[in-house]
Amino acid sequence: MSTNIMIVGVGGQGTLLTSRILGGIAIEKGYDVKLSEVHGMAQRGGSVVTFVRYGDCVREPIVEEGQADVLIAFERLEAARYHHFLKPGGVMIVNDVVIEPITVISGAAAYPTDVLDSLSGKYNIVKVDANKIAAEVGNQRVFNTVVLGVAARHMDVEKEVWLKVIENTVPPKTVELNKKAFLTGLGE
Amino acid sequence: MKKLLLGNEAIARGAYEAGVKVSAAYPGTPSTEISETIAKYPEVYAEWAPNEKVAAEVAIGASISGVRSMCCMKHVGLNVAADPLFTCSYTGVGGGLVAVVADDPGLYSSQNEQDTRLIARAAMIPVIEPSDSAEAKSFMKRAFELSEKYDTPIILRTTTRLSHSQGVVELCDRKEVEDKPYEKRVDKYVMMPGMAKKRHLYVEDRLNRMAAEMALDPLNRIEYADKSVGFITSGIAYQYVKEAMPEASVLKLGLLNPLPDSLIREFASNVEKIYVFEELEPLIEEHVRAMGIKVIGKEIFTRQGEYSANMLRKAVLGKQEYEAPMAGLPARPPVLCPGCPHRSVFSVMKKLKLHVIGDIGCYTLGAVPPVSVIETTICMGSSISTLHGVEKAKGKDYIKNWVCVIGDSTFLHTGVNSLINSVYNKSTGTVVILDNRTTGMTGHQEHAATGKNLKGEEAHAIDFTELCHAIGVNRVTTVDAFDRDRLAEVLKEETQADELSVVICRAPCALLKGNVFKYKVFADAEKCIGCGACITCGCPALSKENKKAKINPEMCNGCGLCASYCKFGALEKREVIK
Repeated sequence: MSTNIMIVGVGGQGTLLTSRILGGIAIEKGYDVKLSEVHGMAQRGGSVVTFVRYGDCVREPIVEEGQADVLIAFERLEAARYHHFLKPGGVMIVNDVVIEPITVISGAAAYPTDVLDSLSGKYNIVKVDANKIAAEVGNQRVFNTVVLGVAARHMDVEKEVWLKVIENTVPPKTVELNKKAFLTGLGE
Repeated sequence: MKKLLLGNEAIARGAYEAGVKVSAAYPGTPSTEISETIAKYPEVYAEWAPNEKVAAEVAIGASISGVRSMCCMKHVGLNVAADPLFTCSYTGVGGGLVAVVADDPGLYSSQNEQDTRLIARAAMIPVIEPSDSAEAKSFMKRAFELSEKYDTPIILRTTTRLSHSQGVVELCDRKEVEDKPYEKRVDKYVMMPGMAKKRHLYVEDRLNRMAAEMALDPLNRIEYADKSVGFITSGIAYQYVKEAMPEASVLKLGLLNPLPDSLIREFASNVEKIYVFEELEPLIEEHVRAMGIKVIGKEIFTRQGEYSANMLRKAVLGKQEYEAPMAGLPARPPVLCPGCPHRSVFSVMKKLKLHVIGDIGCYTLGAVPPVSVIETTICMGSSISTLHGVEKAKGKDYIKNWVCVIGDSTFLHTGVNSLINSVYNKSTGTVVILDNRTTGMTGHQEHAATGKNLKGEEAHAIDFTELCHAIGVNRVTTVDAFDRDRLAEVLKEETQADELSVVICRAPCALLKGNVFKYKVFADAEKCIGCGACITCGCPALSKENKKAKINPEMCNGCGLCASYCKFGALEKREVIK
């Protein structure tokens, strides 16, 4: 059995950093682990997906539809776009912000603001305004670490392990800020 | 020591541990990180070449001199490098030579979905395919051994999913390999007809020997389990089989050319019902069928896109145990970044109602809404010669409202030779070089005009104006990509001229490190009448809130393009860093 985590967002939001922290956690805990990322053109503001799987033996590097234990979404619409990757009753951590895609900005489509309402019975949905919290912590850019802190409440990993891996993964100048962001997300 | 490595990092690590000394490549998603990783090892000479053909020839030269060498490219790069590699298949190698080629099933960042294995078969070059990061490293090492043992270049094939997935890899030390002595061997290294005829026989014999001897190589393996159903598979597809049907028997192929007939026969004689599960083209399937073995393959598995365990479950077991995606959600396609100089240039071209022939780069996004100015994109470097072709077909007056656009790195890749052709054959077209000082789309690699090389050293920076003059282009103008009034003037003049012209639109990529954005645009809700004209510039930092223009200050890089669309002075560009 493996734990399957999926991180979705908008290109440029830092899904890669978050998946690499989760990969570091898995290694630290002695698991087999695989991560899958999207590079190239998809990074230019498009919808991006990264996968993290860990357990005793991990085969494929992707999380498929119906198999995610945790879906971490850095944006509301992206949470809805990938909801069906969650297992029934899975945990959906949503950074409850709206980033309008170009199709909405240009008027070709409308942003469905109530998009998550219909999903509330199916999953354990946790909404957080991480951008606001991150700004209060010191820099809006660490919103993804705030979200990770919220996700950590639903994962069985010791706080010390998280902090150690964060320290080893984020740029050296941002270690303290990221730790603070994480702990705030964790609720400490 | 165990480490999490990207498939691409593992490939580079494998080459490093195998004692590779020379590596050359042109960036291309999903292969780019191989070169970026190998460049960090001081023991390895690594370079960005202007294109894949040059990179392959550099690796061939290094190999002939007796050292282990490699070149890396994406699948379409193999087309560019095909000429030297097809003949290198005849010459064979001195030191081991591996060409790493990354396919892109699902077209995450490519213009087609071609299958490298078919090209390798045509070139009679052996192909090795790993299925995770750990194998990427070990197979790379094996590739160098086989290259030397069988006197052949080897293609290590990867795919986007493998290249951009991380897995646990056990790191080993580098093993220095003694250089092979250089031999003057005209019979082997000069491919004139007389010599090549003999080498062709050698190549055929080589493949036959490999097919026979390699069947029992650990690159290939049979995993017997339930013998009523089995899969012949390779690469990442193997993982999907193990995920979806762990109880099935598997013939996992690591060597894809030549295919090991004896092993396939053995598997077929022990397993009742056999599926061939391979992404893209039915290379294994057709081979196995030609052996007279009954298999199920592309009649239920597609030739297109990436495979998955769910896809296998559905096709083989008829199971689909997940919900459908939500219908009607707005798409989120990639867009040009806020502050991107390409958007500024395209806005001028749109205003002038020009037909624009495109090329390969971020600026290809200029083909889709809301920019929608680019009308053709074929391959690297094609824009200049395509415009030339239009002119020769329809006459010079026909292209008075046409231009072509090509990025700086793409121009150096294969645009220069097209420009030579345009001069030589009396084109009167207008070539616009979108010079953003980097190879943008693949993640900001240096090139021959940036002044730095892959190792981070200072290097000569080609001056595009001088280069164009030297080729014979008299009309060369450089314009700031954000000076739209001047650019409009220049484009009007140059498209009307009865002579070939080059317009260099220069401004650094908005994502380039070290950029300082001194300005931001601010929206004034009082002045905004909500006409939405600014929105048509297509910048993702701009949106409407309560029918008024709104700027996301986190995203805005202050280029001011949107402000130029506003007739009411509601958008103002202000200096924020003095």
